Order: sequence, then C-alpha cells, then structure tokens
Amino acid sequence: MVVYILKRVFLFIPTLLGITLITFMLMQSLPGDPVLAMVGERSTPETIARIRAELGQNRPLPLQYLGYLKLLSQFELGRSIHTNRKISDDLLQKFPNTLKLALAALLFASIVGISMGVFAAVNRGTAWDRLITLLSVGGISIPVFWLGLALMLLFALHLQWLPPSGMGNGSPLYIILPAMTLGTFSLSYIARVTRSSMLESLSQPFIAAARAKGLSEAEVVLKHALKNSLIPIVTLIGLDLGSYLNGAVLTETIFGWDGLGRYALTGILGRDYPVIMGVVLFGAVIFVTINLLVDISYHFLDPRVRIKETK
Amino acid sequence: MLNDIKLKNLTKNLPVLTASIVIVLLVLMALVGPVLVRYDPDTADLNSLKQPPSKAHLLGTDSIGRDILSRLVYGSRISLSVGIIASFLSLAIGIFFGLTAGYFGGKTEAVLSQFFDIFLAFPSLLLAIGISAVMPPGLASAMLAITLVGWAGFARLVRGITLSLREQTYIEASRALGATPARILYRHILPNALPLILVAGSLRVGGFILLEAALSFLGLGVQPPTPTWGSMISLNRAYINSAPWMVIFPGLAISITVISFNIIGDYLRDKLDPRMQI
Repeated sequence: MVVYILKRVFLFIPTLLGITLITFMLMQSLPGDPVLAMVGERSTPETIARIRAELGQNRPLPLQYLGYLKLLSQFELGRSIHTNRKISDDLLQKFPNTLKLALAALLFASIVGISMGVFAAVNRGTAWDRLITLLSVGGISIPVFWLGLALMLLFALHLQWLPPSGMGNGSPLYIILPAMTLGTFSLSYIARVTRSSMLESLSQPFIAAARAKGLSEAEVVLKHALKNSLIPIVTLIGLDLGSYLNGAVLTETIFGWDGLGRYALTGILGRDYPVIMGVVLFGAVIFVTINLLVDISYHFLDPRVRIKETK
Repeated sequence: MLNDIKLKNLTKNLPVLTASIVIVLLVLMALVGPVLVRYDPDTADLNSLKQPPSKAHLLGTDSIGRDILSRLVYGSRISLSVGIIASFLSLAIGIFFGLTAGYFGGKTEAVLSQFFDIFLAFPSLLLAIGISAVMPPGLASAMLAITLVGWAGFARLVRGITLSLREQTYIEASRALGATPARILYRHILPNALPLILVAGSLRVGGFILLEAALSFLGLGVQPPTPTWGSMISLNRAYINSAPWMVIFPGLAISITVISFNIIGDYLRDKLDPRMQI
C-alpha cells in the first residue's frame, strides 16, 4: 500500500514537469518579451530584473526553463498586466469559489444522474428509457454557455424564480442555476453509466435470488442492484471531477461567478498573458492532483484494484 | 465488420437516420448555402435592427441589423470545417505516435506515453485557451489548439490497440517473413485497428465542434465580423432578454449539429465495438 502510494507520487513528478514545460513553451512562443509577458509591464523594475535574471533571455533554453521552475517553486506567477495584483494571490482567492460551484454541480449531477440512470434501467426498452438516453446525448452536446443562458432566460428573467447572476454574498439561491449549468454535462455521463451498470447487475443471479426471496421490487433495485452497480459510477464521478474546470470557465462567465473561470476570461479579454497562463497552469495542477487522489482512494476503497496492482 | 451497417438497418433506427440526414443537410448548407441566402452576413442594415423572426428575416436580425440566418449559414462553414479538420489532424498525429509507441514498446513506449499523459493532464478547454491565446486569433489558431488538445487521446487509444494486435500470430508471421516495422504497422496493424480508431474519431467530432464554439465564445477563435456560432452567442448575450432569438438560434445550431454527430458516433461504437459500450 505505502509502496503503491509512493510509486504514484513519484510518477506525479514527471507529469508536473511536463505541464510546466508546456506552459513554459507557450510563454516562449508569445510575440515580444517573454519576461514582460510573464510578469506584466507594470511590475516593479526589481521584479522584472529578478525574473529576467532567472529566465535570462540570452541563456540557453534549458537553463531558462530551470529558472522558470525555480520561480514557480516560490509561487511566483507574475502579476496581472491590468490590476498589477499578484496572480498567485488572485488564484488562491478565486479557487474556493470555483470549488464551491463545482461541488454543488457534482451534487446535482450525481443525484439526478443516478436517479435517471436507475429509472431508465428499470424501465428498459420503454419510451422512458429512450427519452432518457436521448436526453443524455443532448446533455453532452449542448454548449455549456448556451445552456446557462437558456436557463437564465427561463428561470431568472422569464419566471423570475431565481437571481440571474452574481454570487449574492453566499445566498444559496445564487448557486442553483450555475450548478445546474455546470453539472449537466457530467450528469449525462453518470446517467448513461448508471443505466448500463444497473442493467448488468439486474441480470445477475443474486437479483433473481432476491426476488425469489420475496423482497419488494424497490428493495431489489435500490438495495441489491444499485449497491452492486456503484463502483463504475463512482469511478466515473471521480475521474470526471477535473473536467468541471472546463465547464467552470464558461459557466462562471455567464453567471458572473467570481472564480477561476471568470478570472481566466478577464485575462483573455485583456490579453493579460500572465493571468491566462497562471490559470492554465493552476488548473492543470489541480486536475492531476485530483486524479492522483482519486486513484489512491480507490486503492483504499476497492480491494479488487489492490489485488490487480500487486499481481 | 463494416458490413453490419446496412442501409436497411439504418432506416429502422429513427434517431440515427435523422442524425444522418441532418449532417448531410448541414454539409450541403455549408457548401451551397451562401449562394441561397438573401442577405450578406456582414452587412449592417440600420432599418431593421433587432427584428424578431419574420418573413423578411426568417430567424430575425441582430443588434446592427444583420440577418441571423445568413450568419448561421456562413458560420456553419467554420464550425464544420474546424471540427472535421481538427479530427483528421489529431487522428493522423495520434495514429502515428500511437502505432510507434505500441509496436516498439520498451523505452520508446515509456517516453511517448509520458508525453501523451502530459497533454492529457490538462483540462481540455484550459489547454486550448493557453494555446490559442499565444497565437494571433483566427481559424488556424483554433484548429491548431483543438488538434493539440485532441491528439493525445487518440494516441493512447491507438497504442492500446497496437499492443494487443502485435501479439497476434499473423503479425508474427509477417515479421518472420522479414517485413519491415513500417510495413507491418501500416499494412497489417493499421487496417485492423482502423474501425476502432474511426469510431473514436466519430465520437470526438462533436466534442471538437463544441470546443471550437467555446473558443469562439471566449473571443479566441475566428474573429468578428466573420460569423461563427460561438461568437454570435457571446456578441449577442446582452440582448438575451429583449431579443432572445439572437442567442437561441446559434445555440440550437450548435446543439443540433453536435447531437447528430454524437448519435452517429454512439451508433458506430455499438455496431463496431461492443467492448467500448458504456
């Protein structure tokens, strides 16, 4: 177990290096001075001088990359061209908002997705089943930003049930529409996987045994079939967590949610390269960290994974 | 395997039939549509600002009086070409690296796989944003960004397929006959892997179209005044309440296109590869 975790963490290092190498190359390919692109033109001369010393444009690229790594290890991501604030501070300040939105979306996607999948499996072959299958194709096909605008038009502007945008100082009403928008994509996958996993469980002999024992259909479905279908569903939910970062960029833009995504957009609109690269790098690090944690937690949760590893 | 997809079976499956017709119509629209529409997509008409759908303007006009239908038709060229070309490019790159990694194994595979994993370590939209942000915005930068985001997934898939195929007896036989690795890869392994690869490709076209729309929406794709479906939504967002048709129609266009591609991708997967079913 400990060996496995150490191995995974060790394999994590080349991935991190690779990510930073890509962001480094992206910065290098920017037109103009990469140092200014990294720190922003309004940084103090000392900062510019320090980063220039690390990145040293006349030094060979590998040395420049090492300098870049050294800066990153000090959480030096430069400053925004427009606000002149430290990007590392901004990222840490906005991340909790994105996390809150992502967790709300995850909750929505899991509850609705699993319910839809179970319902479709139980009613296999009926019009309900086909409708849910079609809806789940729709959910991965509709652009997130358009779905957000449509929900806003319907529930906020037309029916006026919910506030259209903003964060409302933490009032829970404000998170409903963004969470539904962000969660729909994942919901569709969860519904699909739940359906097929349930169909497999329902065809197993232990279900026939449970029915023969005289259990009610609800008990058979929820207690026996669903419980045995959960592993692929939980796997999917875990692996999909990182993808919420993609949707968050678009969802936060639509709803004025003050997280990483909206921060990235302000960077894009203002051609604020340090901000854009800061979000890209931070997002990737979060993404791989989540995947690592999910992997390790499986190791704890599912004995079958453990046995496969040791073989 | 491909013989399973017969026209007769297709007509029984209503969603797949509809999706195929929609895609044929979309391609036709992109090819000849511009000749058929009544209005120039970029000409502002100050006498018909923010018109709701009517006989003169079937889908209405936008805030400076441009005809939405014309803009949608011209925009379809960008969405379809970026989606399809990016799929082919990323497939080609993915096939090359995937075959190489899977066939040679050992250190080659270890290094290449690490390389795939790094590209896959980024959330896709964020990587696309990073790539397209450092280039002058336009058609080429959007295509390149989407290709660079997409290739690694294909490469990993092709590597897996190659790993299982290279142990087959017929590969061993051709190796014994003295075939070069290139010949084995491209004459024996690739044709056998192709159905699976094409299924994966068809499943991704929709995602690539969505990615292009998202980049356009964020202002990183093809620049105004050239219409794209994504930018039509972002430019008209402010009028969502007073003139919702400006936003609703481009979104419907994206959704219908992507749903059609996804339905066909799902169908091909179910037909060709039962193992990939989820």
